[in-house]
This record gives sequence, C-alpha cells and structure tokens, in this order.
Amino acid sequence: MAQTNKSKQEVWPTESLFMSPEMLKAYREHLLAEKDPNRPWIIVCHGTGCMANGSVEVAAALRASIKEAGRNISVIPDIKTTGCHGFCSRGPLVILQPSGIFYQRVQPGDCKEIVQTTLIENKPVERLLYKDPKTDEPIIHHEDIPFYKNQLRVVMHNIGKIDPTDIRDTIMAGGYEALAKALYQMKPREVVEWVLKSGLRGRGGAGFPTGQKWLSAIQAVERKGGPVYIVANGDEGDPGAFMDRTLMEGDPHAVLEGLIIGAYAIGAHQGYIYVREEYPLARKHLSIAMEQARKHGLLGTNILGSGFDFDIQIVRGAGAFVCGEETALIHSIEGKAGEATPKYVFPAESGLWEKPTIINNIETFCNIPLIINKGPEWYAGLGVPNSTGTKVFSLVGKVNNIGLVEIPMGMPLGDLVENIGGGVPGRKRFKAVQTGGPSGGCLPYELRDTPVDFDSLSKAGSMMGSGGMIVMDEGDCVVDVARYFISFLMDESCGKCLPCRLGLKSMYQILDRFSRGEGSVSDIDDLYSLAKAVQDGSLCALGGTAPNPILTTLKHFRSEYEAHILDKKCPAGVCKALITYWIDQEACTGCGLCARNCPQNCISGERKKAHQINEALCIRCGMCLDSCNFAAVKVV
Amino acid sequence: MSKEHKDIDDIIERYPGRPEYLIFLLQDIQAAYNYISPEAMALVCDHTGVPLTQAYAVATFYKSFSLEPKGEHEIKICQGTACHLKGSVRLVENLSRELSVRPGGTTQDLKFTLETVNCLGACALAPVAVIDDKYYAKVTARKLDTVIKKIAKE
Repeated sequence: MAQTNKSKQEVWPTESLFMSPEMLKAYREHLLAEKDPNRPWIIVCHGTGCMANGSVEVAAALRASIKEAGRNISVIPDIKTTGCHGFCSRGPLVILQPSGIFYQRVQPGDCKEIVQTTLIENKPVERLLYKDPKTDEPIIHHEDIPFYKNQLRVVMHNIGKIDPTDIRDTIMAGGYEALAKALYQMKPREVVEWVLKSGLRGRGGAGFPTGQKWLSAIQAVERKGGPVYIVANGDEGDPGAFMDRTLMEGDPHAVLEGLIIGAYAIGAHQGYIYVREEYPLARKHLSIAMEQARKHGLLGTNILGSGFDFDIQIVRGAGAFVCGEETALIHSIEGKAGEATPKYVFPAESGLWEKPTIINNIETFCNIPLIINKGPEWYAGLGVPNSTGTKVFSLVGKVNNIGLVEIPMGMPLGDLVENIGGGVPGRKRFKAVQTGGPSGGCLPYELRDTPVDFDSLSKAGSMMGSGGMIVMDEGDCVVDVARYFISFLMDESCGKCLPCRLGLKSMYQILDRFSRGEGSVSDIDDLYSLAKAVQDGSLCALGGTAPNPILTTLKHFRSEYEAHILDKKCPAGVCKALITYWIDQEACTGCGLCARNCPQNCISGERKKAHQINEALCIRCGMCLDSCNFAAVKVV
Repeated sequence: MSKEHKDIDDIIERYPGRPEYLIFLLQDIQAAYNYISPEAMALVCDHTGVPLTQAYAVATFYKSFSLEPKGEHEIKICQGTACHLKGSVRLVENLSRELSVRPGGTTQDLKFTLETVNCLGACALAPVAVIDDKYYAKVTARKLDTVIKKIAKE
C-alpha cells in the first residue's frame, strides 16, 4: 500500500515491517482499537469436513441473505471463515458471536431464516440447534455442548476463532508475542531450559522429550560445527488421524511461530515443513501465512529487528507413509526414495546432508509458543507427571461425535469416548478403541479406565502414537481390523529390512486365512511368535510397532479368532467368506429395489411380496444391504 | 484448467539444478501431464544430475507418481480406518466391477482412473470418495454410480 499523507499512527500500511517487539505490540493495539466492539460476527467453519458438506455455499448464502435484509439488520455482522471446529460430524457449523449461538448442519437454504429469526428478531432457530442425544434437549450455546464442555482447548485455542488466511486475526489474538519474548528477553539456552522444564514430549508418536532432543543438536553443533536444520513433520500418515492437518489449516501462524522459536533455540537458519501430499489446503494456508509473516518481518532476515535470520521451505510429500519416520523423511527432503536407515546415530547428530537436524511434529511446535508465553511451570501443571500438557486426538469410527478433541493428558479412555464422544450410536457401549494409529493397540471396553498418557498406554500394550482414536462396536470384527492394519503396513513397508518386509507379509497371509475360516489353533501361536520376531528384529519404528494390533487383539479377543477358525463364524458379521445375507420376510415390503441393484441378479420375488436371495449365486457385495430402505436385509 | 499442458522446459526451469529438487520436479510434471514420460524423466535427470536409475527408484517408490498416462477423471476412494469400518472395501469392489478396472488402473477409454488412498483425514464424512478434487461424503455404491454416470456423459 502506498503511503498517504496521513501520519503513520492513523494508517498502518499492511506491509509494514516490524523492527521491534514494540512495533508488533503497537500494531496489535491499533487493530484492536480499530475493531468495532459492537459489531457482531458470524463464524462459518471452513475445515475440510465442513467444506465437503457445503460450508462455502453456506457462507455465500449468508452474505446474500444479509445483503437482502439490508437495513432491517441494525449492525451488519462480519462473516468469518475459520479452520476446523472439531465437531465434524455436525458440519457445516455456523456460530454467531458474541452471543455464542451454535447452529449445526446448516444448509444454504437455512440462511434466510437465520438472518430473519436470529439477526433481526433476536431469537434462536430451534431446528438448527444441537440436541443432546441423551436428553433430547436443544442446547443454544456452543460452550454448553458436552463435546466442547469436557475438552481443554489450549493448543487449539485459536482454531475456529481466527481466519487462518489473515495475519491480523492472529496478531489480535496475541500471535508472535512468544517469539518477541524469546528473541528479546531470553537467551537461546534459556528457551531450551524452559522446554525441558515444561516436560513437553514429542507429539508425533514416540514421546521423546523435546528439550532433550534440542539439547543434543546443540551439543552436536558444538562438537562438529553447523549448520543445523529444523524440520516440522506434517507427514501425518496414520489413517484416521487429522490433528496436524487441522493445526496447519486452522492456525498456520502458530506452527510458524513454534518453528521459529525452535530455530532460535538451536541456532538454525533454515527450516522445512514437510506436508503430506493429501493435504492441499494445509499447504495453501501455510504458504499464505509464510508470505504474510515475511512481509511483516516475522520470518526471513533480521526477524523483528533482532538480527536473527531464519527462513522456511515447504516440502510436499509424495505419498509414502514411512516418510513420517525421521530418517525416511530426511531422505525424502534430500530428493531420494524415503527408506529408513538404522538410528545408530540420531538425526540430531547427523541428519539432513549429514548435518545436525531437529525433527519435531507439528503439534509439538504448536505447544512451544504456549510454554514461552505462560511459563514452563504453568505447562507442567497440565496433564499428569511425565505426560504434561494436553493432547489433540481425532475421535473417529463408531462414535456419535466424530471430530477433533483436545484433552489434558491422563483422562480415562472411557470418559473420552463416553463424555466427549457421546458414546456409540445405537449401542450401549463400545467394544474396543484402537489408539496410536495402525501400529497402535486395540484396547477393549474392560480397559476403559486406562488413563490416556504416554506411559499408561504403553503399559497396556498400545501407544500414544500421533493421536488417532478409532472406536469400534460389536459390528466390527477384530480379525478383519488386524488384517486391515497389517495390510496397510505391509503396503507401506519400505522393504529395506527383512523382518518387516517378509514378516508383515506372512502375518497378513495368516490373518487372511483366518478371515476365510481357514487355519488351526496352532496358527494362532505361530502368528504370535512371528509378531514377536518382527517386533524385535525390525530396523525402524514402522516394523517395530506393526505387530501391536495383532498382539493386543490376540490378548483381549482370542475367542473371536477361535470363532473364525473353529466355528467358521465371524461374530461381527464382517468377514465375507463367513457371512450370509438374507431377507427378513416380515420386514420386506417387496419394493424390488434390492433386486434391481443386485449385480448378480440373484434376488427374486413378486412385487409387493417378500423377496429372497439365492445364496448360491450371491457374491456378498452388500448392494442389497445398502439399498434397502426398510432394514430388511440382514447378515449372519 | 489445472491439467493444462505446459512446456516441460518451463517446469524444469522453476528449480535450481540440484538433486534435492528431483521430487519437486516430478510432482510438477505429474500435475501438468498426469504421468511422467521417459522423455520428461531424461530431461529432469539432465537438469538435476541424478542418475536415471535413481530417478526411477524414486518415481516408483512414491505413490503419487505414475509412469503411465492416467484417466481424464480420477476417482479416489478413501481406505482409512474410519472408512474401512464403514464399508469402503465394498465400494472399491463394486466400482472395480462396474468400470472393469483394478484399483490403480485406468479404464480402456482413458476416462476414469480408480485409486485407493490411505486416509484423507475427513473421517467424519466416512466413507468418503474424491472425484476430481470434489469430496463426496457418506457415499454408497448407488450414490457413486449416479455421480460417475453423470460425469461419463459430460
């Protein structure tokens, strides 16, 4: 923007470089003063989930309806599009502020009514409110909904409140204040000390203390010289996990701020953010954020006038799960195939181009500004000893409230599923929860009191992983789930070491036979010993943790394995070779829909009379089950 | 249009001629041409100084590269855990049968490529399908069939 003849206090050019913390503070105060305190704003969630459900159209319809209503509205509200609110199963979400009225599953057609009833008449639109499934009572305000009430949103405090593509929102919310504090009031070593004292452990899976990792890179540089690199690992490959995606999309400046503070602490001048290929929106928001930060002097040379130089490059993954592993990720950034190498020497000693390299997870970096702002003692007070702070989980599968949640470490597993997740749809209780992604473990209902923290989960045979929580009910077969995870890991194994390459394949073959009802009880023992061998002999964590789903399901659900082998039955009704489809003659109305959809033409029956399936021809594709509107198709 | 043909030299000139830019280049070529031709591969190797064998090792290691031309429309069916629990395997089987292609394959008329992806991180929408970058939430075999027939007619 060109300078006008007004003085600088009145007009702040958007490109202004902040050469000191005072300038950042002054800009923030200026923005806050400029904001009309009486102007309401409407938040329309623009996370991937809500966008797929049409939130872009909802925002457009809201704008149009407001324009149409014109002078009938006393103050025209601001429409804000934000990152993911976490309550993805209820999207598209619309929240009116400052009143906090929360509307769910809003469609473009509802916008007129929202404008008329809420903005003009000041009343909530009943039918769009969230209803508590237990009491059926409508809940008006966002903060009263159990899904939100039982969470502790610290890392995600800005997400869903700020527009991630506008740095002014971040600055108004106090963004980059921790960076200013670190650069001007703390020595690099002090930053490391604070992170050590906070007890922060890496959020990517292994839970290594972050401060200790940083310290070892500093020591490596002292021994053999620099440069040192810093990498944010956003290669979130675990199926059923989207914490990092939400953080990168919803609060990209927090990722940058954490990364810059980390770079200052270890003395790095070049950083990388490795983002998974499947996350285009995350890359877009990070690129926008980086450009804005550079314009304001928050990234690049002479950050905030402190003399510290640091810049970041975004590296796009190319579709390989193993690249989330540190050594494979390093190879990928170097432009090579992402194969893991043994960690005789840690990347903190010798990583990118054989220089000391620090790799931390996206969520780990998002915790750093909080520690600097509020102090390590405050941070260590959250959670439980040895697992401090909060953790973001993606709660998915057979649970009512699918979405992203943040809780203090140590909350019992059952509380997470029941209180925040709202229990299992249509059933009394869950059957098991898979924590820690595909190489985590399957914890049964009986272990519902297990506290969710690093050590307790490991003790139970599972792991924290990156934070995927997959809830299963009686309709999910553990043999099928174990087979699914092993097949995933078998495909993703880089193939470098034998235990992982062949061990996973053999385990898959055994599980595949089980799912067809073949095999004997001695195969179960073979599977167990094979799993143990892969666990001990693999080169990297992918193979080392891959047998976890087998070991935990064998421990807690052995009877289900035996049912497949001995009774030739899949109790959950999943394994194709062991199930039969049939039509409930009472419930069938004879509409003929299933017969028309059957690719085998094996359903017959007169119109308006109950139909039958010819079992001999049935290929168990499930088309009839999907198409039936009367729930008359059953599986045994 | 995102898949417009750009002169391959233009793409190559975007990055410095160093080995670490191999994957960047392959990604841009894949995006522009839908596959990596032997000619493109040779040009990339000349530019970055990476031996041809190593470049092929990289191109075959990562899932996002294809050495054969892909179809005009890309159908991705998510096979993440949440989608798996909600029946995504059956979706793939049915589509395979309808289109007569295996997952990863392209129909004979080069119209559709059927892909499976590990997780799109949109678990609340499970099972989810993405056709030409548009998300389809809670799909059934029937819904998919309608969408694909509509696209085929275009």
